Amino acid sequence: MADADRKDTPEQAEFRTYCQDWLAHNHPGKPPVRIPLGALELSDPKALTWLQAWQRSAFDAGLVGCDYPVEFGGGGRKNCQTIANQEMQRAKTPFFPNIIGLGMAAPTVLFHAQDSVKSDLLPRLFSGEDIWCQCFSEPGAGSDLANQQTFAERRGDSWVINGHKVWTSLAHFASWMILLCRTDKSDKYNGLSYFVVPIQTAIGKGVTVRPLIKMTGETGFNEVIFEDLVVEDRYRLDAVGAGWKVAMTTLSHERGAGELVTPAAGGMTQEDTKGANTGSPSALIELAKNSYRNGKTAADDPLIRDEIVKMMIRQEAFRQNQRRALVPQLIDHPMRIPLQNKLIGTEFNQDLAEIAYAIEGPASSLYLNDDNAPGGGEWQLAYMNSFGVTIAAGANEVQRNILAERVLGMPKSK
Amino acid sequence: MIEQPKNFGFGEDETMLRDSAAKFFSDHCTPDKIHRQVANNSNIHRNIECIWDKTLWRQIADLGWTAACVPESAGGIGMPLVAAVALAEEAGRAAFPSPLISTFNATFVLRECRTANANAALAEIASGKPMTLAITNQQGSWEPSDTDVLVDNGQLSGTAWFVQDARKAEGLIVSARSAAGVGLYYVAANAAGVLMTADGIIDLTRDQAHINFSGVNAIEVAAPGLGEIALAHALPAIQVVLAADMVGAGEWLLQTTVEYTNTRIQFDRPLGFFQAVKHPLVNVMLDIDRAKSLAYSAACAIDSDPERKDWATTRKLAHMAKANASDMAVFASSRAVQFHGGIGFTWECYVHLFFKRQMHNQMLFGDAKYHRAMLADMLIGKAS
Repeated sequence: MADADRKDTPEQAEFRTYCQDWLAHNHPGKPPVRIPLGALELSDPKALTWLQAWQRSAFDAGLVGCDYPVEFGGGGRKNCQTIANQEMQRAKTPFFPNIIGLGMAAPTVLFHAQDSVKSDLLPRLFSGEDIWCQCFSEPGAGSDLANQQTFAERRGDSWVINGHKVWTSLAHFASWMILLCRTDKSDKYNGLSYFVVPIQTAIGKGVTVRPLIKMTGETGFNEVIFEDLVVEDRYRLDAVGAGWKVAMTTLSHERGAGELVTPAAGGMTQEDTKGANTGSPSALIELAKNSYRNGKTAADDPLIRDEIVKMMIRQEAFRQNQRRALVPQLIDHPMRIPLQNKLIGTEFNQDLAEIAYAIEGPASSLYLNDDNAPGGGEWQLAYMNSFGVTIAAGANEVQRNILAERVLGMPKSK
Repeated sequence: MIEQPKNFGFGEDETMLRDSAAKFFSDHCTPDKIHRQVANNSNIHRNIECIWDKTLWRQIADLGWTAACVPESAGGIGMPLVAAVALAEEAGRAAFPSPLISTFNATFVLRECRTANANAALAEIASGKPMTLAITNQQGSWEPSDTDVLVDNGQLSGTAWFVQDARKAEGLIVSARSAAGVGLYYVAANAAGVLMTADGIIDLTRDQAHINFSGVNAIEVAAPGLGEIALAHALPAIQVVLAADMVGAGEWLLQTTVEYTNTRIQFDRPLGFFQAVKHPLVNVMLDIDRAKSLAYSAACAIDSDPERKDWATTRKLAHMAKANASDMAVFASSRAVQFHGGIGFTWECYVHLFFKRQMHNQMLFGDAKYHRAMLADMLIGKAS
């Protein structure tokens, strides 16, 4: 909708046509195995292999890393990733599996690594050959990210790392990781440093990856233990002690507020594969029309109707918020709407799935492993998984603190 | 889909008008001044008064606020609805005691009548005459076709209820039924046979009345059958302007409460340090932003589609704006009183002015549940 009224530059227009042509002939088609809602939920190696092949073909065609410099495997274009993303979305492609690599590692490496590291790592990152993971969180450093205890000690041209990381999505598939850790115990923020670390080759030699099983029964994220892992100094990003600054590059891109647009395919919904499209109120209406309570459909129940309409109002308001965010004369504070988005988006999906639970009634007891589960059991899965995102990337309680402190000017809670 | 401007049609003229309104209110209509004016008597059994500053009304009429949304052909300025929305937002932020919103509502209805008599009434609004709608029956129905007033041979009889700013208005737009359906009629507020009985209401920034008509000679502005259609066409604009008033008042409540919790010290810390205070206030902010975005988008939808080609979308957005704003109004008010603590519960604290205005606004022209029920019929389909 939005790109129709935005004028393409000549380069963008030409590239858009190219993407459309390529996608018309190279869509990977229906997946042979169940593909989860997002890359962070990947646990089946067959699904990963299929998605890696898709990312590889999109990279070879120039749809991944469009705006990165050519010498580091990019396309050397200007503002074209957004075009490729729009066209992939429109063509309803599957997502890319190397989501941490593309969205977090790539911009951080580009802005803070040595050139030789960039040319070594970025091409394999873009192609999906190397899957990346992010080692930020620790048992004692969740919302309080700077409370890092994992320690890197300098030994000549190398660093020796010891510590314990948790909630590391994709570590079981990853070749590389981005790592935030402590190099100075005397200064909380200025005592942090940032590394990229080859992990697959170090498994059993200083790195242990153990799956953490989610409440959904899926794996996908892990704990990672470092015991005297040796890492070359060339893999340090930016100065010793500059880790917090480098991490802000990562986090701003994670929140979609970075300089570079993340290569992102998508658009293929669960409906195109098997189950319900759990992000959409219209799917909720369909579900309600096909679910029964007290001899009528759930779509006839006034309380259910009210809940559905509340969600539709929130969805429309979210859209109109994004529109108003671009109209300075109708905005009191420039960060007021952008800083709400993570909070609003994740709670919207959680509440949507919660209503689906209510609509399904007794059938809400059925899960992915039951053929009679409404929507393939995807609503139940989405509900449980929704807590992953209301907690991750700064729990929503922290997001509310940020809004209160930065936008409303309330006192800091520490 | 009707093409809409990305900026909601809120351009330089609208911004200037809004900013001048904000300045006007901060110069002439501060909460302490309004409190002295309308809250000088806390006695529950006080006489039912109608207090407002007619000099300020004259000034805003001279500034062109009442003419803003009157079409140029009727002697007005012909600005888009987003301009009225911005004025309503500022009026709400100031809890402005005036018939401004009521006069806007009369404007929106008269604009839909497209008759010479309606245009004559619009011209009077443009020159500053305060007007209001008398279109609600005793049951408080918001349906355009519901009225307890009958018209026979150009004469009105019966009673209109819940008339807003009735004693400030000089002209009334009355809906009345005859065999051919509901028409709309202009009556001077002081005409013979008009008997106004003031209601004892909670909101100190408004007045309300029920008005009995006994054989009152009236001027037809929309013919029988066409009046209810004109009303239905005006309803989205009415809902949106009320939503904007609530957005402005909500923002005042939010900012004032934040300020208070930043300075009030308990347990050796400002109250705002505590997340039990912080997080609900953030939720109030989220709610205000939703309501504001919906109000401007609905207003822009109305402005962008004068032929009503995509009327369903326009109605949907207006229902959404009013529903969201009504819930927000209640929430913002309740949190403001609660977080002001003991002082927030007193008459001397200005919060009650806004609390009462919000509670009045949230039900006017349909509360949140009413609008969501309408939306459910539109978006899900009628229930069987």
